[in-house]
Amino acid sequence: MWYTRPVSRFAGQLRILLNNSGNTEVRFASHYKYYEDKSKPSNGETARINMYNAITEAMDYTLEKDPSAILFGEDVAFGGVFRCSVGLQKKYGPDRVFNTPLCEQGIAGFAIGAAVAGATAIAEIQFADYIFPAFDQIVNEAAKYRYRSGGQFDCGKLTIRTPCSAVGHGALYHSQSPEAYFAHTPGLKVVVPRGPVKAKGLLLSCINDKDPCIFLEPKILYRGAVEEVPVDPYEIPLGQAEVVVPGSQVTLIGWGTQVHVLCEVAEMAQEKHNISCEVIDLCTILPWDEDTVYKSANKTGHVIVAHEAPLTGGFGAEIAASIQENCFLSLEAPVRRVTGFDTPFPHIFEPFYIPDKWRCLDAVVDIVRALNH
Amino acid sequence: MFGRITTSLASAAKKSTFKICSAQQLVYFSSESPAVVSRAQQEWFYRLDLKEQESSTPIPTYRVMDEQGCVIDPSQEPKIEVDKLLKMYKSMVLLNTMDKILYESQRQGRISFYMTSFGEEATHLGSAAALNDNDLVYAQYRECGVLVWRGFGLDNLMNQCYGNKLDLGKGKQMPCHFGSKDINFITISSPLTTQLPQAVGSAYAYKRAKVDKCVICYFGDGAASEGDAHAAFNFSATLECPIIFFCRNNGYAISTPTKEQYRGDGIAGRGAAYGMKAIRVDGNDILAVYNATEAARKYCLEENKPIIIEAMTYRAGHHSTSDDSTAYRNIEEVKLWQQEDNPITRTFKYLANKQLWDASAQEDFEKEVKSQVLESFARAEKVKKPVWSEMFTDVYHDMPKHLRNQMKSLRGHLDRNPQQYPLNNFT
Repeated sequence: MWYTRPVSRFAGQLRILLNNSGNTEVRFASHYKYYEDKSKPSNGETARINMYNAITEAMDYTLEKDPSAILFGEDVAFGGVFRCSVGLQKKYGPDRVFNTPLCEQGIAGFAIGAAVAGATAIAEIQFADYIFPAFDQIVNEAAKYRYRSGGQFDCGKLTIRTPCSAVGHGALYHSQSPEAYFAHTPGLKVVVPRGPVKAKGLLLSCINDKDPCIFLEPKILYRGAVEEVPVDPYEIPLGQAEVVVPGSQVTLIGWGTQVHVLCEVAEMAQEKHNISCEVIDLCTILPWDEDTVYKSANKTGHVIVAHEAPLTGGFGAEIAASIQENCFLSLEAPVRRVTGFDTPFPHIFEPFYIPDKWRCLDAVVDIVRALNH
Repeated sequence: MFGRITTSLASAAKKSTFKICSAQQLVYFSSESPAVVSRAQQEWFYRLDLKEQESSTPIPTYRVMDEQGCVIDPSQEPKIEVDKLLKMYKSMVLLNTMDKILYESQRQGRISFYMTSFGEEATHLGSAAALNDNDLVYAQYRECGVLVWRGFGLDNLMNQCYGNKLDLGKGKQMPCHFGSKDINFITISSPLTTQLPQAVGSAYAYKRAKVDKCVICYFGDGAASEGDAHAAFNFSATLECPIIFFCRNNGYAISTPTKEQYRGDGIAGRGAAYGMKAIRVDGNDILAVYNATEAARKYCLEENKPIIIEAMTYRAGHHSTSDDSTAYRNIEEVKLWQQEDNPITRTFKYLANKQLWDASAQEDFEKEVKSQVLESFARAEKVKKPVWSEMFTDVYHDMPKHLRNQMKSLRGHLDRNPQQYPLNNFT
């Protein structure tokens, strides 16, 4: 899906035979329109780059200024299957940027140990769907290191990066958004960028943070998201949400790719239904920015949370419960969730599975009408 | 430091002469496994030298014929009837032809993904042909030839790649995630190595049921690094399960070469450590793979024990359509393997030497399978996808209420917004 290859001698025959079949559909049109990040996390020169470039820059800077920093995972040496580490082994040598054997529990455990011993460890798990063999190391070890030793030991210098979420054709095992599993684990920080600007700043914050961080990178954005990114390093504080689109009637909360879906929904709601929506990018899932969310909920009285992960036990449930506890008197309708369904992530049914703009727009219209009922 | 180690070893040795071992240990060590030596029978040594620990001779690789298709030791030539031999060869050619076409079709955006088996065809067909079709197969994802051998059929393969309504998997998985209960082939799962401990469990159940069936579990040199591989090897040895662990050692796990994947004597070298037999075989020699698998099957069913086959081969294609292997390996390396050690060419030469096949038969057959593949492909492309509500089936045996409600709400949404969804492509 990311490379082009010379066409073999079969191509012509295939075209001739099949072009008359009359059923060639346009495949894999993406389900979102990209909204560039207009925030200016730092002054100075910018360059127009995509999200994997931004991630490479953050890691490049870390490796350059921190001699203890190491970067590793499956296929990281040649640049990684999503190209995030291109050129870094050549620049920093194979003892700092390297392939590991194919073993996620090994990668996580090794990373924890390196961090415990004082190294800045940036570990890559090739797909978030494959992080589960490492679940024990992350949940029982990384998350609890400081607590169980009374603060004597910690693995705060650990950051685990992993590509997540829908990509158009990833099916069960190349599409999952596992943020809620990790959000249920005290001791971890969980972060999801929505594009290059956020990716660079949030990743640098994760790397420098004193706690272990899970950095979930929506894979569809690696190439699909391009915008002006500050050339110099900068950090974006963890635990802070961003109001991406200000509005007055409905609060739409999302993270990662879903923020872009919600930005378009806000435009559609305004144009088609004259409804003003405020879009919030949560940025950090754990610990999440309650202040920004409650402020918006108290203002609009209508809140919709949207995420690709399944409904039951998704992080939207946590947000909805907290809003009703803290903003009950301001709410004019129950908090709604628009999410993936409670099924595994399906291959050809993906257009029906994801919380696309039409399902979100339906919810916006519904939640406002509920007032009149 | 060495002094301390030596002292403690010496004192341990000294103690052991007085206190032999507990009753529990005696019972445990009375196991028949030759790899387990009881404390009482242990051989002691008294001068520590780490250099001595390093020496080990690699397990040699078994082969029946050379690159020219000539059998080296006639006693090793398997007695396979001509029809079966030709079927093995034709299945390799068909697999290779299908791979070329489906790879190209992905390039054209007709299917979303594909994985070829280029260079590894002999590992599939040599092993599949030596098994009983009732033996259970747990595959990784690059074992399409096993499906071809067992008669899965081109249409089933194409329908799965398209995820159309005839796909046995109902469009739920990515292309190449085949599976069929009818031919005893467990459905592929993308996460690596998860199939290994499961295969051991199935073998154990077969042993208890006395069904005279074994389990074969395919995996790669990369997958062997996962924790699940250790669990599977250890469980199969201790619980004495009739399973063949078939490792396709093709040199690469995506971009990672085996020298960065493991040290020591490969995957076969692990057998002894787990107390299990292992065979290393030339994976591009279909006759050697056949003999090894046949012997392994006999052994694991007669002895109720596991065995490892490590088939040494080469992944001549990219990892998948998402990969461009020129980014990490020399194209000349690939060409060399394809020219000098091509399993299909080698089998062709063997058959030609025996006057069972020739260039003109080859040309006719290639033409025939090419049109078969293209026709099957075109048929699959025309078939609609399953009805969208299939998305909600098979999550559970019976659909729970919350899922029924979610399906209902989606139905309402689709009724209100039919033009926003590709409903015309679906049934």
